[in-house]
Amino acid sequence: MAVAIQIEHLTRRFDTVTAVNALDLEVRTGEVFGLLGPNGAGKTTTIKMLITLLPPSGGTARVAGYDILREARLVRRSIGYVPQLLSSDGALTARENLMTSARLYHLPMAERQPRIDEALTFTGLEGAADRLVRTFSGGMIRRLEIAQAMLHRPEVLFLDEPTVGLDPIARRAVWGHIRDLRASEGTTILLTTHYMDEAAELCNRVGIMHLGKLVALGTPAELAAQAGPGKDLDDAFSYFTGAELGEESEQGGQYRDVARTRRTARRLG
Amino acid sequence: MTSLERVERPAVWAEPSAPVRFVLDAWTIAEGELRKLRHDPTELITRAVQPLLWLLIFGQVLAARNVIPTGNLGYMDFLAPGILAQSALFSAIFFGIAVIWERDLGVLHKYLVSPASRSSLVTGKALAGGLRSLVQAAMVYVVALAIGVHLRLDPPALLGSALVVVIGSAAFATFSLVIACIVRTRERFMGIGQILTMPLFFASSAIYPISIMPDWLKALAQVNPLTYQVDALRELMLAGSNPSASSLAIDFGVLSLTTVVLIAIAARLYPRLAQ
Repeated sequence: MAVAIQIEHLTRRFDTVTAVNALDLEVRTGEVFGLLGPNGAGKTTTIKMLITLLPPSGGTARVAGYDILREARLVRRSIGYVPQLLSSDGALTARENLMTSARLYHLPMAERQPRIDEALTFTGLEGAADRLVRTFSGGMIRRLEIAQAMLHRPEVLFLDEPTVGLDPIARRAVWGHIRDLRASEGTTILLTTHYMDEAAELCNRVGIMHLGKLVALGTPAELAAQAGPGKDLDDAFSYFTGAELGEESEQGGQYRDVARTRRTARRLG
Repeated sequence: MTSLERVERPAVWAEPSAPVRFVLDAWTIAEGELRKLRHDPTELITRAVQPLLWLLIFGQVLAARNVIPTGNLGYMDFLAPGILAQSALFSAIFFGIAVIWERDLGVLHKYLVSPASRSSLVTGKALAGGLRSLVQAAMVYVVALAIGVHLRLDPPALLGSALVVVIGSAAFATFSLVIACIVRTRERFMGIGQILTMPLFFASSAIYPISIMPDWLKALAQVNPLTYQVDALRELMLAGSNPSASSLAIDFGVLSLTTVVLIAIAARLYPRLAQ
């Protein structure tokens, strides 16, 4: 079986804190893999290393066959990334955002316009193509961001909390969108989420991270079963992380993280 | 353990060579910035007002009293190129705030995960910072003409001074980007921006000649890129006797070198903003 992401002893330390601790993990080609865990578990840090934004303190990984340290540019060319924060430029129109991506990825000239039109149709944004993105609703922005990240047809798509701050209807729309992508493009998708229903809904397999380590790995149903009979993924999450309400890990949920998540939620909402 | 195969996808496409990519990517970034200004030109307009105030109020008062010895050059003639350089500096030095804003939003991450090289991204930003200042240059020319400054209006001179304005502003915009990468927050950046602007401005020949400065300030002025920008602008903007202290070649050399060095530093620091 082909592997889209191969992580070996990946480690990242910040001063005294080890955010990701000798992580080993394989994500298979074509699957939707969910990385779960409480705040500060190391999910976003892991993604940032995989997409070459953050150098690891130790270990390495291969993404789409390229080494994240030695072949960073080729990794970047093979992936799409939708950050937790906003990534589409609000001061530009949807079309301009897409064109910027088309140019930075040096898509063949003749394909740029058709792909942009296709992306706009796929996301249902044709009517809003020439509006400034800052006038968009949160759901529209997310759909545009995913379309933008997919414009160059990456092998691996990284989604960092794709539905944070969205209302239930917009969330469902984004889910449908992710499923369509996988069906039509066969893209491998690695996503992080705090919502267990989202993980159960979308992911073929999930990994639960806790304090920088992977503490559980399997299909959502397998993990639920391990938590006990009649349990769901929510129960599995508590079971594996030992996290109860009001008992967040020390390194996560700091003031800055909270401020940031709330800000994102407000902007998207 | 499963073997790692590279899946060849149908959409694998050819790319231009690295130097061509560099130029194209830098232009993509710069053009995006210019589009934003076209969508919302308020910033440009407000920035254009500042040099107007300096020329009309500060300039007129000092010219009337003849307090600053500028040789056989009238003070308004002396001042006009200085104010052009100054207004370009004042807006370029806050360029970094936009970069911090992009980082807070997340837009920055998007660019950093694209295959564009860090140096092309930074060069694009610098170029945008440089081109923006042309609007201020146009404003200064119009006002200077109206108040009777003896301007050179031959195309080579106009083109030359446009180039000086663009390179100088690109240098200071990149300097600002470097600061932004170091301080990372808007609050700290605002404070530092204010602290940096004044010495750059006063330790230059923008509003008075270097000859009247105390020695320590002279030394500072001579290593200040703004001095070379003002010097080149005086030569390229003003008709009549050549009041410049160093040759145009040196002025251009200093400004270009400064820009290149700052871009190299910024390209190193830029990715740290997303960590």
